[in-house]
Amino acid sequence: MFENLSSRFSRVLDSIRGQGRLTEDQVNSAARELRMALLEADVALPVVHTFVDHLKTRAVGTEVVASLTPGQALLGVVQQELVTALGETTAPLNLRTQPPAIILMAGLQGSGKTTSTGKLALRLRDVEKKKVMVVSADVYRPAAIEQLRVVAEQVGVEWVPSTVQDKPVDIARRAVDAARAAFADVLIVDTAGRTSVDEAMMKEIAALHATLNPIETLFVVDAMTGQDAARTAKAFGDVLPLTGVILTKADGDARGGAALSVRTVTGAPIKFMGVGEKPAAFEVFHPDRVAQRILGQGDVLSLIEETARKVDHEKAEQLAKKLKSKSGFDLTDFRDQMREVQKMGSMESLLEKLPGGRQMQAQLKNAQPEKAMKHAVAIIDSMTPQERRFPHLIKAARKRRIAAGAGLQVQEVNKLLRQYESTRDMMKKFARGGMNKMMRALAARMPHGAMPRH
Amino acid sequence: MTRPAENTFQRLRRKINRGDSWLTTDLGRLFTADKLGDDAVEHIEERLLLADAGVEASTALGQFTHREIMSGRVTKETQLREVLHDALLDLLVPCDQPLVIPTADKPFVIFVVGVNGVGKTTTIGKLAARFRNDGHRVLLAAGDTFRAAATEQLTTWSQRTGAELVTQGAGADPASVAYDAVQAAQKRGIDIVIVDTAGRLHTQAHLMDELRKIKRVVQKLDPAAPHEVLLVLDATTGANALNQAQQFHAAVGVTGLAVTKLDGTAKGGVLLAIAKQMKLPVRFVGIGEGVDDLLPFNAKSYVEALVA
Repeated sequence: MFENLSSRFSRVLDSIRGQGRLTEDQVNSAARELRMALLEADVALPVVHTFVDHLKTRAVGTEVVASLTPGQALLGVVQQELVTALGETTAPLNLRTQPPAIILMAGLQGSGKTTSTGKLALRLRDVEKKKVMVVSADVYRPAAIEQLRVVAEQVGVEWVPSTVQDKPVDIARRAVDAARAAFADVLIVDTAGRTSVDEAMMKEIAALHATLNPIETLFVVDAMTGQDAARTAKAFGDVLPLTGVILTKADGDARGGAALSVRTVTGAPIKFMGVGEKPAAFEVFHPDRVAQRILGQGDVLSLIEETARKVDHEKAEQLAKKLKSKSGFDLTDFRDQMREVQKMGSMESLLEKLPGGRQMQAQLKNAQPEKAMKHAVAIIDSMTPQERRFPHLIKAARKRRIAAGAGLQVQEVNKLLRQYESTRDMMKKFARGGMNKMMRALAARMPHGAMPRH
Repeated sequence: MTRPAENTFQRLRRKINRGDSWLTTDLGRLFTADKLGDDAVEHIEERLLLADAGVEASTALGQFTHREIMSGRVTKETQLREVLHDALLDLLVPCDQPLVIPTADKPFVIFVVGVNGVGKTTTIGKLAARFRNDGHRVLLAAGDTFRAAATEQLTTWSQRTGAELVTQGAGADPASVAYDAVQAAQKRGIDIVIVDTAGRLHTQAHLMDELRKIKRVVQKLDPAAPHEVLLVLDATTGANALNQAQQFHAAVGVTGLAVTKLDGTAKGGVLLAIAKQMKLPVRFVGIGEGVDDLLPFNAKSYVEALVA
C-alpha cells in the first residue's frame, strides 16, 4: 500500500528539500502537485481540500519561512499533517468493561468483516490472552454463518451457533447470554454486509447496536475503496457510534486514500489493518509510522517488533548453541533458518518497511524470492537425514536423485549447496564472537526483555 | 412487489440515480444569469473525481466540456446536460459489448476472477439464474477452495438455480476442480460451465500463477477454453480498479468485466476510468442484491440514468 502516493510525495518533496529559500510559487506548485497525488490516491475530496489548505497556511507561516532549511521544514509540516489526518496516536482496543466485552463489526459487502473477525479473535486470544467467542448475525448471504464457523475453528475460538431462520437481534441476544454463561471475556458479533443507502439494513444494524450495547463498534473498510470510503464511513457513523476502523486488504497496491479519509470523516481512529490472507496477517495501525512510510522513510520500528514476535526464540538459541558445538551448521539448520524467514511474511512486505525499500521491491518483482526459498526447502526435504548432516556426501548420483525428488534441475541443487556453504562460513565467523557482539549491540537498543540476553 | 413494466433504463435510474446524481444534481447552479460561471469546468471535474472516474478520465471530460463551452455551444443547463451526455456516451460505447453465448462451442467455459470480496460468487449465482432462465444447462465449478465456506455458498446457489455443481471440497487444487468440471460438462452435454475462483489480490504473483495454471489445465480438454474470462470489479473501488484490470489481464487475458455494487453511493464513475484506459468490454453491471439485479451493460441507458 501507499507505493504510488509515496513516490509522488517524495518526488515533490525532493524538489524542494535542498532549497535555501522557498518562494510562494514553489509552495503553490508543490501544493498543487500534492493535491493531485492525493486525489489520484483516492483520498476523499473534502479531506484533500483541508489537507492542502492547512499545508499552505503553515508553509507561508514563520515555522517554515524562518527556518534555515525551509525545504526540510516543509517536509516536517507535511509529515505532521499526514499524521493528523491518520489520527495522531495509536488507538488500542478498549475492553475495559464488565465481561463479556462486545465488539460489533460493520461494513459494506465484501469489505472483509468475517475474515477480520477471525483475525481479531486470534489476536485477542494470543496477544491479550482473552477467552473469545464469535457469532454471525449474517442471515442473508449464503453460507456466511458457515464461513464464520470454519474461520473460528481455524483460529481456535468458540463459535456461537446461529441459523438463517433467526432474526439478527435474537441471535445477538442469545449470543450475549451464551458468552456470559461461558464466562467469555470478549464476544465479537459479525454482521451482514450492507450499503449505506439501504435504509432497512441500516435500521437493522442500529437495532443490533442498541441490543448489544457494544464497547467497540468497528467499521471494516477495504483499503482499495475509492471516494465512496468517506461517504460510506460517514453514513455508517451517522447511524452507529463508531469507535474504530479496521483497514483491510492493505497488502495490495492500494494507494491508501481510504486510510487517509476515514479518520477525518468519522473521527474514529484506524485500529488495525489486515495485511494478508493468513489469520495472523493483522497489524496494529500506527499513524506516525504509516506517515513515515508514505514519505518513503520506512518503518523499521514495526519491522523489529514483528521480527521479535515471529522468531522462534527457542530455535534461535538452539542454533546459537549448535554453532558453538563441534557438529556445526548443517543443512537441517539451513532449512530451519529459511523457514523462520518465510514466517516473517513476504519479502515484499518486509522491504516495504525499510527506508528505500521500494526500489528494491520493484527489482524483486521478477526475482520471486519466495519461490526460490520454497525450492530450497524442497531440495533439502528431498535429502536423507544423513545427507543433511554431512553435505559433503552429496556427489553426482545423489544430486540427480535429490533433484528428481524436488522436481528441479541438478544445477539448482548445486546452487543451493553453494549457498549453504557460504552461509555456513559466515556462521562460523559469527560463532567466533561476532554473533555475541552483534546481539549485544542490538539488545542495548531495545527495551528490556524484547531480546534474549547472551 | 413486481414491476413488470419497468425497463432497464428505469431500473438503472431507480438504483443508481435517485435524482441525486453526482454529475447533474444542481447543475443549474453552475449558471449565473444564463451564463456559465468560470469555475463550471472545475466543478464538473471535481464531480467526476468524486465519482471515482479517476484523474485521467475526469481531466479529459473536463477539457472536452471546456472546449464546448468556449465555442459558445453551451448557454443553457439542458445544453450542458447534452454535452455531458454525449461525452460520456462516446466514452462508454466502445465498452458496450454484451456477452453472446454461441451455440457451436459447447460447453462454453467462463472463468470468474477478481480480488477478494468483489462479489464473484454472488455474480456467479446471478449469472447461473440468468442462463438457466434462457434455457441453458449450466454447471458450476467450486474453484474457490481457499476461503472458508465458499463451496457451501456456491452449493446454495446451485440449489437455488438448478445448476449442476462440481466440487472437491476445501483445500483441493482449483485447477483439478476446473478440469473435472469441464470434463463432466463435455460428457453430460452441458451448455455453460462457470468456474468460481478464490479471491486474490492482483499483487500476489504466486496466486496469479495459480490462475494461469487453471487456464493451462483446462486447455488440455478444450484448447479454446476459457471462452470468457470475466473479471469482477467492485464499483466502490477507486483508482485501484485499473491496477486490478491490468494485472488480471496480463495474467489470464480478461475478455469481459462485471461491475458490481453500483447501487452504493459513488455511482460507478470507475466505469469511466476503465473505459478511458482499458477499453475492455463491460458485460454486466450489478445494481442490487436480488437475483435479477445483474443487468447486461447498455451504454445508452447507463449514461441516460446518470445524466437524466
